[in-house]
Amino acid sequence: MAVLQTIGTYATVFATGGTLCAIAELLIVRTKLTPARILVIFLIAGIILEGIGVYDTIFKVCQAGISVPIVGFGASLAKGSIDMARSVGFVGAFAGGLVRTAYGVGVAVVMSYIVTLVFSPRAK
Amino acid sequence: MAEGSNAIKQRNERYNKYVDTVTPKTSIPKALFHSFAVGGTTCVIGQGIGDIIMLISPAMSKDMVANITSMILVTVAILFTGLGFFDVIARQGGAGSFLPITGFANAMASASMEFKTEGLIFGTSVKLFSVVGPVVVNGIVWSSLAGLINLWILGMY
Repeated sequence: MAVLQTIGTYATVFATGGTLCAIAELLIVRTKLTPARILVIFLIAGIILEGIGVYDTIFKVCQAGISVPIVGFGASLAKGSIDMARSVGFVGAFAGGLVRTAYGVGVAVVMSYIVTLVFSPRAK
Repeated sequence: MAEGSNAIKQRNERYNKYVDTVTPKTSIPKALFHSFAVGGTTCVIGQGIGDIIMLISPAMSKDMVANITSMILVTVAILFTGLGFFDVIARQGGAGSFLPITGFANAMASASMEFKTEGLIFGTSVKLFSVVGPVVVNGIVWSSLAGLINLWILGMY
């Protein structure tokens, strides 16, 4: 039974993650939206989902399917901000999002720097 | 005068037809399928990393598992960018390669590498956030707002 459940979870993850990316691709080919704008739209969608409190319910079903796309980054920012605002007062709203997402962003900045030192850009 | 504008109109029409013939036609279903496959696979890999971390240390909190999972995904994506593998995936994957967190990492690393020639301070350090800046800025602004709204408006009830 556990095996079936795992297969089901992974199928759901694949389907939701894939569908989100397919929607983004459709926005690129059908509208004049640039990738940067689409990223911001999905990010704000994640913040709104977390803000109105439905993200957790979706996450329980879709798991990495929604948390790996940028939607999850937005939701994580909003969750951090909300949690810290509730625990330390309104000043926490400005710090919480950064604190919660600092692991990923921090490692991204450091690794980008190291990779830049090690590798040279290649011709496209 | 009228003849002149007519000639311009005809010329523009000819030009537009020419542009249509030379613009590469992308098959929409194919592009959608590639995005779906690449995006879905990335998410499955993320799920797999999270599950493996939970097997190794079951005592770890769910938040920490999510943090470490995204750190691993980001690190691998940036290494792939440096080695030149990511471009191969991105060419096929389209939105499937930039919407996941790996795309965010790739955008950061490729901007940083591209401006290496302008120096580490004015090239790399300045341009590091040139692509992902909108995401970071909008993320901070709107999530702070979400926190304030939650505290001041939703908190009342």
